[in-house]
Amino acid sequence: GFTESLNTLRHTFTHAEVMGRARSVVGWVLLTALAVLLCCPAALSSLDEEHPDSDTEHGESHEGNETGFHIVTFRWEHVQAPYVIALWILVASLGKIVFHLSERVTSVVPESALLIVLGLILGGIVWAADHTASFTLTPNVFFFYLLPPIVLDAGYFMPNRHFFGNLGTILMYAVIGTVWNAATTGLSLYGIFKTGIMGHLQAGLLEFLLFGSLIAAVDPVAVLAVFEEVHVNEVLFIIVFGESLLNDAVTVVLYNVFSSFVAIGGENIEGLDYFKGIVSFFVVSLGGTAVGIVFAFLLSLVTRFTKHVRVIEPGFVFVISYLSYLTAEMLSLSAILAITFCGICCQKYVKANLCEQSITTVRYAMKMLASGAETIIFMFLGISAVDTKIWTWNTAFILLTLVFISVYRVIGVVIQTWILNHYRVVQLEIIDQVVMSYGGLRGAVAFALVVLLDSQHIHERRLFISTTIIVVYFTVIFQGLTIKPLVKWLKVKRTQQKEPLLNEKLHGRAFDHILSAIEDISGQIGHNYLRDKWTNFDRKYLSKLMMRKSAQVSRDKILSVFRELNLKDAISYVSEGERRGSLAFIRSSSDVNVDFTGPRHSVVDSSVSALLRESTSEVCLDMQAIENRMKSGKDREETVTHHMLQQHLYKPRKRYRLNYSRHKLAVRNEGEQQDKEIFQRTMKKRLENFKPTKLANNYTTKFRNMKKERAAKKKHSDAVSNGKIPAHSVSFHVNKDSDVEDHYDPSDGGISFLITPARNESDEPISGFNNPGFSTEEDDSTFQMTPPWVSNEETVIPSQRARLQLPRSPTNFRRLTPLQLSSRSIDSFLLADISDEHPLSFLPESSM
Amino acid sequence: MSISLEGGEVMRFQSFLSKLQLGEQEACKNGLIFFTSVQDRGFARNYPGDRLREDFQRIGELAVNPLGDRIINAFFPNEKQTLDFRSFIRILACFRPTAKDKTADPNAPEPINSRTNKLRFAFQLYDLDGDGKISREELIQVLRMMLEAQVTDDQLESITDRTIQEADLDGDGAISFEEFRKSLENINLEHKMSIRFLQ
Repeated sequence: GFTESLNTLRHTFTHAEVMGRARSVVGWVLLTALAVLLCCPAALSSLDEEHPDSDTEHGESHEGNETGFHIVTFRWEHVQAPYVIALWILVASLGKIVFHLSERVTSVVPESALLIVLGLILGGIVWAADHTASFTLTPNVFFFYLLPPIVLDAGYFMPNRHFFGNLGTILMYAVIGTVWNAATTGLSLYGIFKTGIMGHLQAGLLEFLLFGSLIAAVDPVAVLAVFEEVHVNEVLFIIVFGESLLNDAVTVVLYNVFSSFVAIGGENIEGLDYFKGIVSFFVVSLGGTAVGIVFAFLLSLVTRFTKHVRVIEPGFVFVISYLSYLTAEMLSLSAILAITFCGICCQKYVKANLCEQSITTVRYAMKMLASGAETIIFMFLGISAVDTKIWTWNTAFILLTLVFISVYRVIGVVIQTWILNHYRVVQLEIIDQVVMSYGGLRGAVAFALVVLLDSQHIHERRLFISTTIIVVYFTVIFQGLTIKPLVKWLKVKRTQQKEPLLNEKLHGRAFDHILSAIEDISGQIGHNYLRDKWTNFDRKYLSKLMMRKSAQVSRDKILSVFRELNLKDAISYVSEGERRGSLAFIRSSSDVNVDFTGPRHSVVDSSVSALLRESTSEVCLDMQAIENRMKSGKDREETVTHHMLQQHLYKPRKRYRLNYSRHKLAVRNEGEQQDKEIFQRTMKKRLENFKPTKLANNYTTKFRNMKKERAAKKKHSDAVSNGKIPAHSVSFHVNKDSDVEDHYDPSDGGISFLITPARNESDEPISGFNNPGFSTEEDDSTFQMTPPWVSNEETVIPSQRARLQLPRSPTNFRRLTPLQLSSRSIDSFLLADISDEHPLSFLPESSM
Repeated sequence: MSISLEGGEVMRFQSFLSKLQLGEQEACKNGLIFFTSVQDRGFARNYPGDRLREDFQRIGELAVNPLGDRIINAFFPNEKQTLDFRSFIRILACFRPTAKDKTADPNAPEPINSRTNKLRFAFQLYDLDGDGKISREELIQVLRMMLEAQVTDDQLESITDRTIQEADLDGDGAISFEEFRKSLENINLEHKMSIRFLQ
């Protein structure tokens, strides 16, 4: 019988999967492996009885050694439990591999349905071998080990903006929708039961309501499994999925209330109990959420200090979130809400605090655990069904349950959507409502809850279990199978996988500012107003507290998108180089290998190092960069410029850093400082409206700026001479005092690298004013007045030495030579320059 | 409605409403509240009288909004110092959620809250000189306003170049309105540029 069933199994697989020849070989290997594994649990489980026999046989043949030392002993009981678990996981995972060998199957049939079918088959095999249901999905295993990873995954990767943007809608569906479903299904079933169609059942109103409450809830695992393959648009997905997550509190409360009502008996219930039930809803839901938030806070705080234990860093994420789940469970609060909110709240800070590798580790581990748990859940939903002890059939009850849950779901969705559409910006249309109604999948949570029922009080437990299984199968397999064609047929808006675009991010940010400004002007408190306030609060306090100091800097979304894009560029840059046959092209003397047109080149240049800067220390990086780039003559000046700009432009950040570390008060100041900065900028701008001409003013500002820059450059020139700047640069330095004549040669490396950029790369980054307050004053009218060193050349010649060299550039050194020779002091030189020369003669033709 | 109108004012308001275009009318009902709420901030002005630029500038949140100044300028175009109710309503109407009206007449004039108009509002915030193009300098200015102070000019310029490069289809180094619209094709503007209570 066993081999037969195996053959049928093979048969079904080969029929189901139309594979290519190469694939089918792999498929067969895997199938054989699967088949072997299939025997194992079944065989091993029956080994319990066989084992004594084989042992005696074994013992007889080696009787002489009985008392001696056994080289090898066979101790199955010793490893049985973990062994079986590991084997089941392996079987489920192999099953998944097999399904995915054929794209045609998985593109039509959702994985969850396939897994249930696989589970049914495996269950059949086990049953055939054993005649008992040895393996079932126990509520304990489900709630403690299988559910948390899935929910944590959901929370940790929750698109927060969508989630909170639609929170009202989600809550409405989750709370009112679930109560509605539970009540109507329970009451209707009871009503029909009263007419006598279902025959005799040992159940009263409370039992029906209890059943209604456990069958009402949309299941997060099933929804996630099916909707992930369907790719409906984000709003629709977040509403259905959010509902399935947040309705847990309602389900838990309804389930607990009704099962305790059933336990104490309908006649003993007092009015106070109903009141308690309602209160407990708020306690359970808000308490669960609070537990989650507290643990998220803890987690963020802990990850802030894991700098020296990077290896176990990812572990914290899992352990602490799991603790939030267990704590909530311990306090009989909603555990799902706890772990969901733990994930939602910690994601931002955790991602900022952890190092890149840890983030990747967390991401993969979480996905692996969640998808593994999901696989096992569905497989065991199949296996658990093969058990004669749980089956009773009552056609009317089962069919009516199916009808009621579907019909009331539709009615509930339509009514609630009608109400919600009065308040929503984005209307939920009829198509959306169809998908939402149809997406109301029931799953393992309902099954685990129904198995938990106490057969002492619930006499129809078996009927409830059978019905739940049928409902779960119907929704997961039938609706799961048909939802994809339905979505396609209805032309529901899908998500497009698209590249992150800088424009979208940028203008999206602008839109946010515009909307919150409009709300400010109108004096209304809306979404944007709240989001704006929250962002400010987060920036001022939460991020300060829970983010690593290094992470607090430039965590702007726009920057991160930019970085992402650049990383992609850099990778394609490298692979392009490799494709052209040069592995060492970055070090090669010319960068013509890869054709990045125009500004893109400088983008790559600056950002790759910016990327590196994130991970390594600033100084180290830049010196490295210089060393690397020094071989390429053309890039040299760029690199040096870049380095100097870094040194010089990063000052504000460093200043902030100092502020942070001092004490808490300073930390608070920084956030206000930013507001103040913007405010000042705004005010300055407004003032300028009244004072259109204030050249003198500008001039002094520029001059002040100059001083600042010079200070920075001074600092830089030290850095450079300490670092490993190529030989000619250093000799340059030495020569400065001894022999000036040397540098009259315009082809000298030192000069050319200082001068060329000024000519060729007028679009090079302008050495900016690090204080944005000043940048607004940089208008064209004042530009004409700027002294030569502030002009274009200045922008790419950052060092003090460099400025010294400037007058010796081939175009003007003759004129300036005496002046230059006469001045040892830089400042006097500069002053002389202002007074004696016509600044305009220095201005290059191209303006900034 | 947060204010009570007296007999004569109701009449005045009704006749005022009837003069408005479709779309403006709806926004007006709420706009009335807004205009008076600006009043509540201590500006004693005649309903529905004009507002001064200073009135807006005195709104604290707006001064902290990086784009606050530009947005005020959008309300007071061409260096105007006063804003009448009609213009105010016209701008607010731009932010009304777009109603999916299947029966809409294709020949009807473009509604004030159309996608194009929403985009145009955003576009003019960038395009200071009004030449129909966002130049590199204009984009840098806006970016400087929006990004945190820690972002270096170096990064800023790289981002700017990259942004322009991404959107610039005709290669003129600037973003025209058409290119602006193209680059935002995938953005759900009904969501991003609509305010609920203007419905």
